[in-house]
Amino acid sequence: MNHLDELKALDGARWRIAIWLTVAMMVVYFAFILLVAYDKPLLTQVVVPGLSLGILFGALVIVAAWLFIWIYVRWANQHYDAKIEALKGRM
Amino acid sequence: MTIAFFFIFILFSLGITYVAARRTRDAEHFYTAGGQVTGLQNGLALAGDYMSAASFLGIAGLVSLSGFDGLIYSIGFLVGWPVVMFLIAEPLRNLGKYTFADVVAFRLRQAPVRVAAAIGSLAVVSFYLIAQMVGAGNLIHLLFGLQYEYAVAIVGVVMLAYVLFGGMMATTWVQIVKAVLLLSGAFLLAVITLAKFGFNPLALFRAASDQYGIAVLGPGRLVSNPLDAMSLGLALMLGTAGLPHILMRFYTVPNARTARTSVSYATAFIGFFYLLTFILGFGAMVLVGQPAIRAMDAGGNMAAPLLAQTVGGDAFLGFISAVAFATILAVVAGLTLAGAATLSHDLWVNVVRHGAASDVEQLRVARGSTVLLGALAIGLGIAFKGQNVAYMVGLAFAIAASANFPALVLSIFWRKFTTRAAQMSMLVGTASALLLIYLSPTIQIDVLKNGSAWFPLRNPGLVSIPLSFVVAFVVSWLWPEPEAEARFSEVERRVHFSK
Repeated sequence: MNHLDELKALDGARWRIAIWLTVAMMVVYFAFILLVAYDKPLLTQVVVPGLSLGILFGALVIVAAWLFIWIYVRWANQHYDAKIEALKGRM
Repeated sequence: MTIAFFFIFILFSLGITYVAARRTRDAEHFYTAGGQVTGLQNGLALAGDYMSAASFLGIAGLVSLSGFDGLIYSIGFLVGWPVVMFLIAEPLRNLGKYTFADVVAFRLRQAPVRVAAAIGSLAVVSFYLIAQMVGAGNLIHLLFGLQYEYAVAIVGVVMLAYVLFGGMMATTWVQIVKAVLLLSGAFLLAVITLAKFGFNPLALFRAASDQYGIAVLGPGRLVSNPLDAMSLGLALMLGTAGLPHILMRFYTVPNARTARTSVSYATAFIGFFYLLTFILGFGAMVLVGQPAIRAMDAGGNMAAPLLAQTVGGDAFLGFISAVAFATILAVVAGLTLAGAATLSHDLWVNVVRHGAASDVEQLRVARGSTVLLGALAIGLGIAFKGQNVAYMVGLAFAIAASANFPALVLSIFWRKFTTRAAQMSMLVGTASALLLIYLSPTIQIDVLKNGSAWFPLRNPGLVSIPLSFVVAFVVSWLWPEPEAEARFSEVERRVHFSK
């Protein structure tokens, strides 16, 4: 494989990960928004005293945002940066 | 006491400006602080630019008066950051120089793209400025009893001093100081509040539901129309990636990896801050009480300062008030700098002078634009006195998501994107967002007191964002631009290598 093909493959991998993570974030967030809009009684249910499903899901959306960013940064720092450095030397 | 904290902050930040001013020698320093900001510093500065008084005072107030409903905003404001991270931050850093229009115009014809981008950017900056200036005037009036017009003028003049003399370096450090103050102030307030509930947030939420009914822990009246909820959500999520003052920050770091690091820090800080608003809002609801919060300000904006007074006395009130003031000042400075970059770099240097302007001239025009925008900010603040401008931040996000985001993403991703498509998509995005807001219940019923509104949604995002994308696709397909397509391979390479 020459370096142009390698760059193309890496470019494809980067966009696939970026797009899938963006879609994942949108699904999580819009699932939350749709529950807020369509199933208010469910979100008002209390899991343990003081903690409603709404507050729990809301906090989980924030945690999901952190998680997705962590996944991306881990991939980019360990995998992407190293390959780009290697390609830079050869181009 | 409040006034003492207030003066300490102003003196300290002007000291920063003095140091920064001596290092701001050319246009690059003015716009990007020389590109040598670290990931942690830029992460804090991004958080500083983003956590406006609307989030701190507004969301805490909304939660204190309506419980869970306020949290919908907290969450919406955070989920834009992953989008910035995955799609925008690194390509932006590698392709552009000072403004996001650099990226859109990279392989297209400069003048049409820059003019359209400037219209979108200036619309976003203006609406954001109105919301911040009116908030600042009211807050200072409420805290110090100072006349509204003087308060607006003071904010404008101090902010101008930062941006005019210290450029991006001073603005960045003011953001960092403000972010640290805001995060530590909110954290301290949350800890003192939780101490009264055995350090158990659930005990606090339980106390709130015992006192005000279980409904405060679930969704209420705020989101009554599902389409409205989707529309607001879409605008908040995609708008973050189209805010000129946020995008500009990615040019202050040396490379793509640092851009990536700075978004991780920013998202961590901002998420932590929004989790704290859960505690502050419910804390104020229980410890201060809704009647006392409403008595001070019908919109609930004084909930956080009142909570500080209740749990920590006048000294703590002074500290939290000074933090709120610093918050507004810093956001206004960031907005003004982004607006000045658009006027001078996009319009003057690249459209009027066709890219050939000496460094001395660039710096002079940038500073002239800063003064112009400072005067505009003060003027708008006074003109909108007494208006309910809470919706304007939402509007700024909607314009950013409709005008800037589609063109920015397509210019990075899509080979067949054309000059005419970028131009039309940005103009149609801006115009449709503005028009639909004008026809919405927010303006027609709340402001103009008409009986009904032509457009049913309060936020235009659900219509204007897809419209902007559709226009981009149709125009690119009808009028292809082979030269732009040919230059896309350069974009593909630069996204990864920057040079």
